[in-house]
Amino acid sequence: MNASAIEVADVSKRFRIYRDRPTSLKQRVLSSRSRAEDFWALRDVALDVRQGGTFGLIGHNGSGKTTLLKCVAGILRPTSGTIRQRGRLAALLELGAGFHPELTGRENVYLNASFLGLSRRQTDAAFDDIVAFAELEDFIDNEVKFYSSGMLVRLGFAVAVHVEPDVLLIDEVLAVGDEAFQAKCLDRVRAFQREGRTIVLVTHALDTVIEICDRAAMLHHGELHAIGMPADVVREMRYVLLGVTDPNFVPEEGTREAEIAEVQIVRPNGSSEGAILRGDPLTIVIDVRQHEPLDELDVDFAVLDGATNHAVLDAGTSRAGLDLGRFEKKRVRFRIEAFPYEPGKYWVTVGLSNRATGHLYHVQTQRYLFEVVDAPRVQERVQVPVAVEVEDL
Amino acid sequence: MATTTETVERTSESPHLRVGERLRILAAHREILANLVRKELKVKYAASVLGAVWSLLNPLVYLAVFSFVAKVLGAGIANYPVYLLSGLLAWNLFSASMGSGARAVLDNANLVKKVAFAREILPLSAVGVGLVDFALQSAVLLLYVIVSGYGLHLPELALWPLAFVTLLVLTVTLSLWFSALNVRYRDVGHLLNIALLVWFWATPIVYAEFQVQDLAQRGTWFGIPRLAFYMLNPMVDVVAGFHRALYVFVQPVAAQEPVLFDGSLGWVAGVLTITLVVSLVGLRLAWGYFFNRSGDFAEEL
Repeated sequence: MNASAIEVADVSKRFRIYRDRPTSLKQRVLSSRSRAEDFWALRDVALDVRQGGTFGLIGHNGSGKTTLLKCVAGILRPTSGTIRQRGRLAALLELGAGFHPELTGRENVYLNASFLGLSRRQTDAAFDDIVAFAELEDFIDNEVKFYSSGMLVRLGFAVAVHVEPDVLLIDEVLAVGDEAFQAKCLDRVRAFQREGRTIVLVTHALDTVIEICDRAAMLHHGELHAIGMPADVVREMRYVLLGVTDPNFVPEEGTREAEIAEVQIVRPNGSSEGAILRGDPLTIVIDVRQHEPLDELDVDFAVLDGATNHAVLDAGTSRAGLDLGRFEKKRVRFRIEAFPYEPGKYWVTVGLSNRATGHLYHVQTQRYLFEVVDAPRVQERVQVPVAVEVEDL
Repeated sequence: MATTTETVERTSESPHLRVGERLRILAAHREILANLVRKELKVKYAASVLGAVWSLLNPLVYLAVFSFVAKVLGAGIANYPVYLLSGLLAWNLFSASMGSGARAVLDNANLVKKVAFAREILPLSAVGVGLVDFALQSAVLLLYVIVSGYGLHLPELALWPLAFVTLLVLTVTLSLWFSALNVRYRDVGHLLNIALLVWFWATPIVYAEFQVQDLAQRGTWFGIPRLAFYMLNPMVDVVAGFHRALYVFVQPVAAQEPVLFDGSLGWVAGVLTITLVVSLVGLRLAWGYFFNRSGDFAEEL
């Protein structure tokens, strides 16, 4: 049941970057050797994607995500290593592959669909759906050279989401269109999940990874930097984005008699997203669940400066003189009246421990992130002397 | 959802071409081929009033020009339209498919880099477009042959399928080979244009086959009849096959000397069979080369 849909075993991919590469016989004959530099886009990457899983692949630009996807799809050949892949595969590396401006929308749908592995009959059956999804009913028999770029993208995506493979590779294509269209796309991905299809998703939208993936990996300069639960990998990604790398870093520990159920960092506007201004109030909301009756439970948190990794602020229930007692689930709010520190990124570490023994039940180290920006300056009006001179010309 | 158990393994090794397995994959991708051919045809004649009529005009213009030239030079061939067109249509299929086939991978660089599909489809679609033109032009020739009362002749007509299959195998072979080669060395395209020009005149399309035979019979090279060297050009054999199948007469009643190669029907069939066998071997080699190189196309474009 839980067999792998994709097994990537120690795959490396080397690109040769040629200077003065001979592209003609003359050059080939005259220059005995062209200078080539090696660039390793992937180095010994090993990962498994189980059947029916949704796998998120994240990393910086140039980290090798797309190269890995192309190797799995069979567009590129790995330099070493093996990729084993089960079931019918469709790769969405580009929307509207094969679209030709002189063809009508209808003709392009059939052409593009065949590249994505849909038979003519399947395309016939899905055609009305495709057109409706793209919202192009009135233009489908016009040549696509008359389409706007938005219409082209919608048509390309509409075909793409109607593929019926066992394994679907998606490269960044979810990031097209307006918000409403994106929501529609995410719905389709969820439908794919329900249908038991395996999905590999390359994206920069880290929150999407947490939301829809059940496993994730992060590539960094062609190497597998992290693999595991999406939240952990995304946290690691954010950690790397800040430029901090600590090999001894333990993201989560504890014996889990009590657990951190949820943490929200509530901004002044009530949302848990977005940057705050220096001096803004901030509320850290921690939901705690006890799996067995515990006494002396202490909930505390620390805020760390992302630049230096030093704690700049901390607080806890015990220090505030509160005894939480035994409970099933409780919500603790730490309200900071005004966050006083410099603009920058800040991590939040949250911990549950026994205040008498110091035993750790559950600690999430630097899992949550918020950003402080400078308040826009409004200049006060002051009196400025202005000298006036007039002369005849 | 149906779960298939087929497993694909990808390694650094370029996979060995297994013809049967590969044919199955190509068959599975046949809709891409059909759609690409349809696209090429549509694009070729898009926004043109006459559309496919243009493809029929080409042989007619050739006919007018070469009838005139032949009259002026005094080398008249009886029933020249049948002679010229039966050879020219074969040549058009060959040269047009190869010309666009050689560019097929390069011109579709974006597809090759972004979509996984059997790369052979690209040169094959060029041949497919050539075939459609060939069919249209053949219909015109057939019509002419019937309306003019020239007629079709058995058993010579039985040679047509053999000549056609040989032409097709030869065209596919060279299209595959040149399209793969063109990715590495862009001069292949230029070279091909010049080669096709020479090749056209090295093939008995506008002039009579017998003229060459007549010249060649005057001597031998290395003890081998000179004609054998001329016939090493596979297009000579293919065109001779089409001539024999449609033009039929080695020496038409009205002519002073023979037009076609002076040989029996069996001899022409034998020569064609040898060419076909050699082309099939060539096809296996060219396909192997293409398949081997195709794994790196996405990188080299």
